[in-house]
Amino acid sequence: MTFATPNLVPVYPEIFLLMALSAVLMLDLFVSEAKRFLTYACSQLALVVTAALLVVGATGHILTTFGGMFIDDPMARTLKLVAIVAVSFVMAYSRAYNQPRGLFRGEFYVLVMSALLGIMVMISANHFLVLYLGLELLSLSMCALIALQRDSASASEAAMKYFVLAALASGLLLYGLSMLYGATGTLEMPLVANAIVSGAADPAILVFGLVFVVAGLAFKLGVVPFHMWVPDVYEGAPTAVTLFVSTAPKVAAFAFFMRLLVSTLGSMVSDWQSMLVIVAMLSMLVGNVTAIAQTNIKRMLAYSSTISHMGFLLLGILSGSLGGYAAAMFYVVAYVLMSLGAFGLILILSREGFEADQLDDLKGLNKRSPWYAFMMLLMMISMAGIPVSVGFFAKLAVLSTVLDAGMTWLVVYAVMMSLIGAFYYLRVIKLMYMDEPADNSPLIAETDHRVLVGLNGLAILVFGIVPQPLIDLCMVSISQSMR
Amino acid sequence: MTANYFLSLSIWLPILAGVVVLVTGSPKNSGCTTRWIALVGAVLGFAVTVPLYLYFSNDTASMQFVEMAPWIPAFNINYHLGIDGISLWFVLLNSFMTLLVVIAGWVVIEKRLAQYMAAFLIMSGLINGVFAALDAILFYVFFEAMLIPMFLIIGVWGGPRRVYAAIKFFLYTLLGSLLMLAAFIYLYFEAGGSFEIIKFQILPLPLGVQVLIFLAFFMSFAVKVPMWPLHTWLPDAHVEAPTGGSVILAAITLKIGAYGFLRFNLPITPDASHALSGFIIALSLIAVVYIGLVALVQNDMKKLVAYSSIAHMGFVTLGFFMFNPMGVEGGLLQMISHGFISGAMFLCIGVLYDRMHSRQISDYGGVVNTMPTFAAFFMLFAMANAGLPGTSGFIGEFIVILSAIQVNFWYAALAATTLIFGAAYTLWMYKRVVFGAVANPHVAELKDINKRETLFLALLAILVLAMGLYPKPFTDTMHATVQQLIEQTSVPKY
Repeated sequence: MTFATPNLVPVYPEIFLLMALSAVLMLDLFVSEAKRFLTYACSQLALVVTAALLVVGATGHILTTFGGMFIDDPMARTLKLVAIVAVSFVMAYSRAYNQPRGLFRGEFYVLVMSALLGIMVMISANHFLVLYLGLELLSLSMCALIALQRDSASASEAAMKYFVLAALASGLLLYGLSMLYGATGTLEMPLVANAIVSGAADPAILVFGLVFVVAGLAFKLGVVPFHMWVPDVYEGAPTAVTLFVSTAPKVAAFAFFMRLLVSTLGSMVSDWQSMLVIVAMLSMLVGNVTAIAQTNIKRMLAYSSTISHMGFLLLGILSGSLGGYAAAMFYVVAYVLMSLGAFGLILILSREGFEADQLDDLKGLNKRSPWYAFMMLLMMISMAGIPVSVGFFAKLAVLSTVLDAGMTWLVVYAVMMSLIGAFYYLRVIKLMYMDEPADNSPLIAETDHRVLVGLNGLAILVFGIVPQPLIDLCMVSISQSMR
Repeated sequence: MTANYFLSLSIWLPILAGVVVLVTGSPKNSGCTTRWIALVGAVLGFAVTVPLYLYFSNDTASMQFVEMAPWIPAFNINYHLGIDGISLWFVLLNSFMTLLVVIAGWVVIEKRLAQYMAAFLIMSGLINGVFAALDAILFYVFFEAMLIPMFLIIGVWGGPRRVYAAIKFFLYTLLGSLLMLAAFIYLYFEAGGSFEIIKFQILPLPLGVQVLIFLAFFMSFAVKVPMWPLHTWLPDAHVEAPTGGSVILAAITLKIGAYGFLRFNLPITPDASHALSGFIIALSLIAVVYIGLVALVQNDMKKLVAYSSIAHMGFVTLGFFMFNPMGVEGGLLQMISHGFISGAMFLCIGVLYDRMHSRQISDYGGVVNTMPTFAAFFMLFAMANAGLPGTSGFIGEFIVILSAIQVNFWYAALAATTLIFGAAYTLWMYKRVVFGAVANPHVAELKDINKRETLFLALLAILVLAMGLYPKPFTDTMHATVQQLIEQTSVPKY
């Protein structure tokens, strides 16, 4: 019996992250409450090193290892980098928020990092088992994160909801994958793709499996009709965790769609395209209309930013062209930037014993701090897709690929939905600029937090003026990775 | 003409000045520096547009002062600027009105002065961008970005129902512009992957497609003009906006809608424009006649002028859809003249409002006794608004009526009723506000206009009279471009 050592080079970042999070877990045992900052610093350091390994190791080629179970391509590198940056921002934004709430603990950082590891594994999965492994690592870490504030009834409820529904979705996905396995006789994605193209597989079973796969994916992305968990989890979880849930996992979900639908089931595009059209249309409708009725800003962002924006993201994927995938990737990066900024600002507004999670808490923000109000303004116009912001070009890119695919009516529908969306983003701007503040307590924010929010907001503005580098990055990543 | 950057300067100088005002305008300093920086920014912003007129060549219909640089190569979007006889005057008008607005807001604005000045300066740059953009996406970016400062101006410094008005303004405009965006993306693929407006204009399109694109553009620009029945945002926004906001709204942003018809609807979809001209003419005439009557019954001075703006803009669209050079030039003259006159009317009302804090006609009476100089200026602008010969208001209306009579007598007859209605609502308002005995103790305490107010009213008075007596410099720059536009629209594209 021979045992060949697999090529570990493409997996270095994941290996390092795993070791680092284990080390942080150990380290945290020996750190006293007063020196908890050390845990935080080590976690950030681990992220920086992981990111550096990713960048240094980038080859621009498609590599597979572990017998073809793990794939490393430019798209994976870019998406992982985006996820790492997002997680790093999450940690920095939530530091001041976590301290008075008993969340400034090693568990938070270890769980966030293990969720990140799950995301990275998902992004690089080339085999159904690996995909599922990454997915469960992410889901379970997220579930624990949501429940981390264990005295909070709403957090526990949110965690329970998430757990039950995630289990259901995993069940659906596994059932779909088992159908695909039954039809093709393999779990390796390229082999599944070949079997479908060759026509050896029974189309009836394939389509049957596809329905379940799409349902499972839709749940992970949080799109209608599998969106029920999103608002409850966003509202119930501590805002620091909401910030995480709303950003990095979406990157993984995008990769999930690319690997499963595009790379593996690409030849069945006409089947999944029509499913995604319905899901995307419903998401934009339900997300935008329901958001109008919300008074809790976290719920509002759950409907508007997550549900409706993910619907928009699907438009890029369903157009079924390389340009469309690149546009969707651009959209997900833009979305992560906006979502980070919006929740990051909500964290600033919160202080000890006070959660700024009502829309009314934003009243008169311009009087309390013109700078933060301007940053929030940028996030809101970007989410509404109004220039000059990166959100506009993300929408433009997606819409142009949909039109290129010949679905003019869908473009008109999408712009009408954006109009509905503009209403409640405007309402936030109105609250900040045109109303009197409800409380005049000064906003205290740590320097690093302030600088990061500024960077975040300016990134939205700068990429709104010069989007070319970001578009190029997505174009190159997609075109080098998709065969 | 060698390469120069006057257009870029006219866009970016005011924006830069606005940013400087924002950064330096901390609550600690008294606002004095803020005012002077804003004034310097506005003066410089206007100064760089003057060479546009001086070096403008009247002989060519092609774009001048062209600047071109790749912006987003992935979508073939360019930073492509240029002006022709249509857009030249609006860049100048906009920069000039911004200067007046800065002067008019000098001491009146007490709340968040720096943000107020910055919003106007930034908006001024963005509006210049709208008029100079030759790339559809660049146009769209300026067109939309302009909404945000305007939204804040109405919503932060406006009157009691400001929030309602601001949101209505924003959503109405966004509805139109999103449809326009969809049309742009469609044309992008038809033009073989280019957002150049000039390329859109020579694109052959079947009539059915042209009609859809026409309607998408129509939604966007008709909201901006505004044409009946999409006008309902305007009275709300005007009444609630601060004086400066009303001036820019009436003098400039309404012109963007009409400009859009000339730049997009007529050349890109000429056949649809011909096919739907009856529809547009009907809407324009309704605006002239019906809105004229609506203006007659207003109790609020600002609302009255707002409705009169809609009626006057009806003339502009009427002239454009006559498809003869006279109609288009008449419409353009009417736009420029209306920029001066409506700006002046709103500034006059602002002068009264600053003293009395009321816009109700019934609160006034006998103002001439306490403010004689002001009454004289107001008289001139009211006459100009009514279309008195010798003022700029007459020229545009007269030429449009002349061109309409060549097409159909009844168009001209209906349009000419404005000379009656316009005189009726403006002069009746003027009579009730200015003449008669002093109505109440507040009017008796009024002080006449100061030097600052005299300055901006006198500047506008000179322009209104000059344009009315000698419009040749204005029409000379337009001939070549308008001629080419008419030729373009008369040839079927399919």
